[in-house]
Amino acid sequence: MIAPRSWLPTPVLSILLLIVWLLLARSYAFGQFVLGGALAILIPLLTYRFWDSKPRIKKPFKLLRYVLRVLGDIVTANFEVAYLIANPWRTLKPHFIEYPLMLEERFTITLLASTISLTPGTVSANLRLDGKSLLIHALNVDDEEALIEQIRERYERPLKEIYEC
Amino acid sequence: MSLLVEAITSLLLIAGGVFVFIGSLGMAHLRDFYMRLHGPTKATTLGIGCMLIASMLYFWSVDGKPDIQEMLITLFLFITAPVSAHLLAKTGLHMQLRHTDTTGGKPFELRDEEVGDKPVPHPDKGHG
Repeated sequence: MIAPRSWLPTPVLSILLLIVWLLLARSYAFGQFVLGGALAILIPLLTYRFWDSKPRIKKPFKLLRYVLRVLGDIVTANFEVAYLIANPWRTLKPHFIEYPLMLEERFTITLLASTISLTPGTVSANLRLDGKSLLIHALNVDDEEALIEQIRERYERPLKEIYEC
Repeated sequence: MSLLVEAITSLLLIAGGVFVFIGSLGMAHLRDFYMRLHGPTKATTLGIGCMLIASMLYFWSVDGKPDIQEMLITLFLFITAPVSAHLLAKTGLHMQLRHTDTTGGKPFELRDEEVGDKPVPHPDKGHG
């Protein structure tokens, strides 16, 4: 939870809200700035109890690289999944995988789980109650260890460097 | 609108349509709930991405000024798709839906006996 005293508990969220408002309104008139600004201040004030305090980004450039890598992976892996689905002679080997988590913060675990779901071939199915492992369902797995290793090296380690160190 | 822009736009539209179609095809004919989940969450992200880029290109060339409103749709999609997929999968596990026999791995969520563990400590309140 974020300290309730300040009138602007989550500055980044406020800026994001203002930008989204302006883009949705498709106008940059003064009135839209006033309305969007009022919402950008009011909404965080009403919802700050809901938010975890967000860990600080320690390496912004690595974050940029991470986002680009995930986007690239989404594109390439989409082709793979499309091929898997469309190929009538395939034999899929779906697999439930227990992924032991290295991350500790709830926010970063959420990011990792979302990344896993977005990159095709894997869906994060359940975060265990103790927060130490993530259950993943994979569409086609040949080598379980290799998949775990791939997620660890490609996504989890960068996230840990970016947020937790 | 120049021929090149037109060609790129139509290519992107076709690619987007193909991806979305394959995603829905996966949802229709894969064999169990957990596999069907992959179709709509995945293939559609790229499919819709292609269509949105096509839309951006089209309106850029027609109106003459770039408009990034479509990026918002992508943003919302990327935030909501993994969450809904996760919730669906979690529900499936909770209901202990059947999966195909070829599925490897047996998570304890799908076993019959009760297995529990301590909940994640809340960052402010601890285990209270």
